[in-house]
Order: sequence, then structure tokens, then C-alpha cells
Amino acid sequence: MAKTVFKHPESLKEAVFHYCPGCGHSIAHRLVSEVIDEMGIRGITIGVPPAGCAVLAYNYFDVDMIEAPHGRGPAMASAIKRCLPDRVVFSYQGDGDLAAIGIAESFHAANRGENITVIFINNAVYGMTGGQMAPTTMLNQRTTTSPTGRKKELDGYPVKVCEIFSQLRGATYVERCSVSSPAGVNKTKKAIKKAFQCQVDDLGFSLVEVLSPCPTNWKMTPIDSCKWIDEVMAKEFPPGVFKDEIAEMKKSAEAAPC
Amino acid sequence: MSGNNVIGEAAIRAGCRFYAGYPITPQNELTEYMAEHMRTVEGGVFLQSESEIAAINMIAGASATGVRVMTSSSSPGISLKQEGISSMAACELPGIIVNIMRGGPGLGNIRPSQGDYFQATRGGGHGDYRTIVIAPATGQELADLTMDAFDLADKYRMPVMILADGMMGQMMEPVIFKKPNPRQYPEKFMLRGAGTGKSKFIHGLILDPIDSEAHNWKLARKYQVIAENETLFEEHRVDDAELVIVAYGTSARIAKGAIKRLRSHGMKIGLFRPITLWPFPELKLRALSAKIKNFLVFEMSTGQMLEDVRLALQGYANIEFHGRPGGAVPTPSELANVVARVYNKKDL
Repeated sequence: MAKTVFKHPESLKEAVFHYCPGCGHSIAHRLVSEVIDEMGIRGITIGVPPAGCAVLAYNYFDVDMIEAPHGRGPAMASAIKRCLPDRVVFSYQGDGDLAAIGIAESFHAANRGENITVIFINNAVYGMTGGQMAPTTMLNQRTTTSPTGRKKELDGYPVKVCEIFSQLRGATYVERCSVSSPAGVNKTKKAIKKAFQCQVDDLGFSLVEVLSPCPTNWKMTPIDSCKWIDEVMAKEFPPGVFKDEIAEMKKSAEAAPC
Repeated sequence: MSGNNVIGEAAIRAGCRFYAGYPITPQNELTEYMAEHMRTVEGGVFLQSESEIAAINMIAGASATGVRVMTSSSSPGISLKQEGISSMAACELPGIIVNIMRGGPGLGNIRPSQGDYFQATRGGGHGDYRTIVIAPATGQELADLTMDAFDLADKYRMPVMILADGMMGQMMEPVIFKKPNPRQYPEKFMLRGAGTGKSKFIHGLILDPIDSEAHNWKLARKYQVIAENETLFEEHRVDDAELVIVAYGTSARIAKGAIKRLRSHGMKIGLFRPITLWPFPELKLRALSAKIKNFLVFEMSTGQMLEDVRLALQGYANIEFHGRPGGAVPTPSELANVVARVYNKKDL
């Protein structure tokens, strides 16, 4: 008997991605879809894609979706979840969307402990607009708006989202992963699943940061991009679990049933 | 009840179950009213947002789920909301935005003003769109028209703005709340998870210019239907009038006081009060100009509705203007003196 070991996720439409070759979005999309399939939550999931490369995510995810203006995903997702507490609501955001224009919306959604999941794609540039400097651009990294490299004196420092968000009492689960290697991809999927499960169990705000290659704007081959993530980006943005209060939250939920 | 509280109570009675707001004077009583009452009604959500931008996007998200929604602010905060208002218009999401206007531009001051007429009636945000703009002038109208605003927002699937000012928001008047109409909003427009069916997406991004153009024309046709069917106005003592004041909201109330005084001196003055500012009741105003040739536009601004009055009257009548911008509120006697001067040198 032949056994299916690999198939197209049901929560992913059979559309051709518009993403560039080697882009991490396609991987992240697939992982989120696989998790939705495995958890059997397609019918109750509502996604909020961002402005950015993933603005067309609704062409790919086969779940209900609503577009958010740039950076406002977590505000929208918060409201959707408050109105429909039994649905699974996720916001999918890039680094400019989350850490620059939408830092307030993201920060306060986390601080309110909104029971939503944020998938945060960090590729250190504004991808869709052509590779401008992002809040997460590395020091000395060349972009179209930091042509001689990001200077800390003039442009400030890369924003460490997981480090900041894990300080917020409202956040339950915060992990940084990378899709630069098969092992990283597997870890990322596990993290995404844990984050969605955290929400399904009603345990509060979860965020998974994904270090993700952007070969086009980094002007590298896909393979070099993955190497750059491991050798350069991961130094500034070390992968790992920054906060995991899932067990504590579960315990306190059991102790105080309401 | 204060005007701000009347709006809040009317909204809850009309079935509003999601409110998000951010503190700004002179509308705080409305946010506070919602904080106190929204969480006590079944399914009611109150959220104090981190900004006006977040608030408008919150109501957009909540609206998409099929809930009746409202946010409120005052002038500078409404500027911040424009991104989301444009987005709601594009995505055809119903929702109520209350602007309790204060003096501007910039931070201006917290006194009552009518300086946001252009912003409200021209759309305010980017792109080809309109919002229905309703300008109540009494506490009772705040109650009635807030309820009606929810029905209009649902009917046309678009943001509707209640445009009042600090005077209206703070003033206490007795009101009677009417019975709200049962809500009619088709489930097909609601985003509540795909279940076992086909997934939906709500978006304003339309990359293909031909598709985008078609969407723009579709919205434009909707706005045309509204312009033809949804204008509201009041005519006050215009039957024998030789001069008609055109004013809305607080200005119209001041004008009524002035008219009483002027009439007692034998001057035949009337009032035309647009209640919907968009759509502007231009045909009704033009019809008046068949027999009345002198109009005086009175606003708490440097002359914004004045432009709509000029467009409506198309040069068929004389138009004078009296304005008090920046938070200055004239008395009825001040206005009466201005009107009397115009009236007495009128060319009849």
C-alpha cells in the first residue's frame, strides 16, 4: 500500500505563488497551512494579511481573510477575536509592518494579551517596495535607503521584536525561528503549531518570528541567503524560545475556572 | 443627557456591539459612556485603543465579522482615522464614525467648531469615495439620527459619519429614544470562518487597473443612489422669507435664535438646514432660490459649506457669508445684527 507522505495542504489554494524564487514567504505560507490542516481548524480560522509582499496572501490561504492597512493587522485581529472568541485568528506581518508602522498596534495587542497569533516574517528589508531599510535591517547592511550600509549613528539599531515582546506580561508564547535550513523549517512549523494551539487553548497572545530569506533584495542567491541568515542575521536575532508561559497559563486557567 | 451620552445610548439601543475609542476632548464622555455600558450588554465589546488609527481598524475588523460598530473622536483624531475610513469605504464595511468637532487646524483648541466640513464631506482620506455625513442639531436628533446612521451604514455597506461639535457633545437635553428597526444585514457579507464552505476574503487592494476602475465605478453608482434618495434637511419659516440663512448643527440653532429676534423686528428671515451634509440637499436649496434671492451662509468656520451652497444655487441668488472659525461661538444677537445689516440693504 502506498502511503501519502507529502501532499498539497488543503488550506493552501492551488495557486502559483507570486513570490520570488528563494523567498521565505512561500515556506511560511505552507507551514501555516499545514498546521491549520493538522489541527482541523480551517473552517474556523480567520487570517489578516499585511501590506507588504504577503498582501496577496488571501490568494493562497484557503481560509477567510481580511486585508489590513499597513501595520494594523493586530488591531483588526484583536477586534475579530473579541467578536468571535471561538474562532482562530492570526495576523501575518512583515518587519516593516510589525516593527515600524504597526509597532503600536502589535505591541498593544500583545500587551492586552489578545488571544491571537502573530506570524512575523523578518527578512530585514521592505521587500515589496524594492528593498528599503527596515527596522530589522542589520547594521552596515546595504539597502536602497541605506546605500552605504545602515549606520547606527544615523539610522539606529535593528529592532529585536521577540526580545521586546517577551517582556510584555500580556504575551504568553514568543519564539524566533528560521526557515534557512530543513531543520529550521521543521522547528518553525512546530513553533507555529504551538502558537496556534496556545490560542485554541485560550491561553493568550502568541508570536512566532521567522527569519526569512529575501534573495532578490539582498542581491544574493537563495543558498547564499540561507547562509547569511545563519551566519549573520542569527547573530543579531538568535533563534529560540523567548517566552513560554503556556504551562503556567494552563495551570492558572484550571485553578480559576470562570 | 449630554449629547455625547445620547449618541452612546442610541448606538447601544441600535444594536452596536463593538466600540473602540481613544481619549480626546470634547468627546470623552462618549468613550466613557461606552466603557461603562458596552460591557454590560450581551456580546458587547468595548476597547480603549492605543490610538485613533487602531480604533478605526478595530471597528473595521469587528464590522467584517457582522457586528454593528462605532468609533468616535474629535477633529485631530478624525484626521488619524482617515486611513481606516478610506479602507472601510473600499472594502464596503459598515460602521459609524462620530466626530465631535473642535477648533483647528492642527491641535487648535477644544472649543466647538465646524472646521471639518471639507474633510467630512469630501471623503477625507485618499481615493474616490464618499461617506454619508449626518449633522444633528438637537439632543433628540442625536438620538434618532445615530440609530438611523446604523441602518444607512448597513443598507449601503459603508462608513457613516455623525458630524457634531463640542457644543452638541457637551450640551444636556432631554431625549426620547425610539424603537430601533430590526437589523437587516445579509450573512454573505460577514467574515466568520469558512466552515465547510468556500473561503472569503475582504480586500481593497485591486492590482488590475481595469478591475480597480470597475470597483470605483461600482462605488460611484452606489453614491449616486444615495445622493438621489438619502438627503435630509429642515426648512424653518421659509414660506414668506426674503432672506434665508443656511446653517447646520450648532450654527443652525444659533440661527434659529437670531431668526426669532429678527422676526420680532418684522424682518422676514428663514432657515435652510442641511441635515445630511453629504449628500448635500442641493436640489431642495436650488428650488428655494426660485422665489428667494438672498441667502446668508453661517458656519463656525471660514466658509466651507459655503462652497456647496454656491454649487447648489449656481449663481441664481445672492450669497452672503458669516463665519466664526477656530472655536469661537457667536451669540444669536451677533448673528442677528449681521443678518439685519444684510437684510436692510438687500436688493429686493
